[in-house]
Amino acid sequence: MPRFALAMAKRILGALRDLAPIFAVVIFFQVVVLQQPFPDIANVIVGLVCVVLGLALFVQGLESGLFPLGEALAQGMARKGSATALLALGFCLGFGTTVAEPALIAVAAEGAQVAADAQFIGESQAAQDRYALEVRLVVAVAVGIAIVLGVLRILKGWPIHLFIISGYVLVMAMTLFAPDEIVGVAYDSGGVTTSTITVPLITALGVGLASTIRGRNPMLDGFGLIAFASLTPMIGVLGYGMVV
Amino acid sequence: MLDFLADVGDTLLSTLRDVTPIVVILVVFQVVVLRSRLPNIRGIATGSVMVLLGLALFLIGLEQALFPIGETMAQQLTEKAGAGAGALAGAVRWQDYWVVYLFAAAIGFATTVAEPSLIAVALKAKEVSGGAVNAWGLRIAVAVGVAIGVSLGCFRIVTGTPLPWYIVVAYVVVIIQTFLSSRTIIPLAYDSGGVTTSTVTVPVVAALGLGLAANVPGRSPLIDGFGLIAFASVFPIISVLGYAIVADGLERWRRRSDRQEAKP
Repeated sequence: MPRFALAMAKRILGALRDLAPIFAVVIFFQVVVLQQPFPDIANVIVGLVCVVLGLALFVQGLESGLFPLGEALAQGMARKGSATALLALGFCLGFGTTVAEPALIAVAAEGAQVAADAQFIGESQAAQDRYALEVRLVVAVAVGIAIVLGVLRILKGWPIHLFIISGYVLVMAMTLFAPDEIVGVAYDSGGVTTSTITVPLITALGVGLASTIRGRNPMLDGFGLIAFASLTPMIGVLGYGMVV
Repeated sequence: MLDFLADVGDTLLSTLRDVTPIVVILVVFQVVVLRSRLPNIRGIATGSVMVLLGLALFLIGLEQALFPIGETMAQQLTEKAGAGAGALAGAVRWQDYWVVYLFAAAIGFATTVAEPSLIAVALKAKEVSGGAVNAWGLRIAVAVGVAIGVSLGCFRIVTGTPLPWYIVVAYVVVIIQTFLSSRTIIPLAYDSGGVTTSTVTVPVVAALGLGLAANVPGRSPLIDGFGLIAFASVFPIISVLGYAIVADGLERWRRRSDRQEAKP
């Protein structure tokens, strides 16, 4: 227990350091630029204590929970040697973690509103809901495909920049042909798909795979899954906009 | 107090709901496909509970302390800048919004430094590279990229210039940088684009974009409010690759001058 307390104390110090810039920015703009007192100071202090403790717990839990979990899974799957099972896991993880992502739900709903205002789809609530749901499904499938492609890349040792650069070229070309109303949503959907729990797990999965498979370098081959997952949703949503 | 406890309960529930599909997938693959038990299951279980609790606490704290201030601040700053601009016969002058660009850069930087998923990737990168990648340096480089991206994104909203122009130019820069960088940093740099926009950054940046688009005359929050997240995802790639190229160049230059000194 004392070892745990010591580790937590260290994490809390680390969390304070991580959060110091936010405190500084907020205080500076509130006091110097806007020249206003803080509203509800008691609430703010309770909140800050929660933020610091929460971040400390999260980072401690990462190292003892999420990272070993992702790596154990990656190593088990690599040793089993079934590429199909590994790719299936990749697709399920990508799709399953994205489809219910709150940030994505918000962006998709906003996008439906824009599309309705532009007479791109019907004005009715039902039409908007359908559109938002379809955008979410497209993004989730795209992330699933991204992880599959990314895992395949790790297995084969293909260089990442060929994929990413062709992805960029594709995005640029599709932007020319996709309707204007969907371009903003499409670009933003790439950024919102990767949540705080998914990122550590997927990173651990990639690094675990690359360090288990002989001939792969974890630095060169282990990273990159997140990059795929932020690129394919843009292609998916732009494509969806061109088809609908 | 009761309200607060209800908040805690709600947030825990919604965090649990987000995590359930992931847990189900992991357990199914572990049990059905691998047919084995996890090594050190107790450590992993306590660690996972800590991640859950920590994330829930973190979110509650953000809701209590940071988001309300951040949102009112974004609104007041854009209103203040907008009032100064409105006096000039309705013409939008981008210079009038300099406080907003400054705030955007500062808050983009600060929220990125605190972003838990970036901390996770930086820890992993440090471990994998055997310490060659400095976790703190990587996070600062990413945060600088987000600061530039969000600030430029606000400039775009104020001027109303088309989003694709910026993104296309940024992509071209990334492609050129890719050919100049050493191979080992490229995957990590690409990843750093995706991890920056999550729990802390997205709500604050989204509020800033919406507030700005609502207050600048001639902009619509629905059409012009988009795009800040896209900016915040591309510019970190540029800053991380740029940092690596400069660091490499300095290293090579230092080695060459060492050799020249050693020669005579």
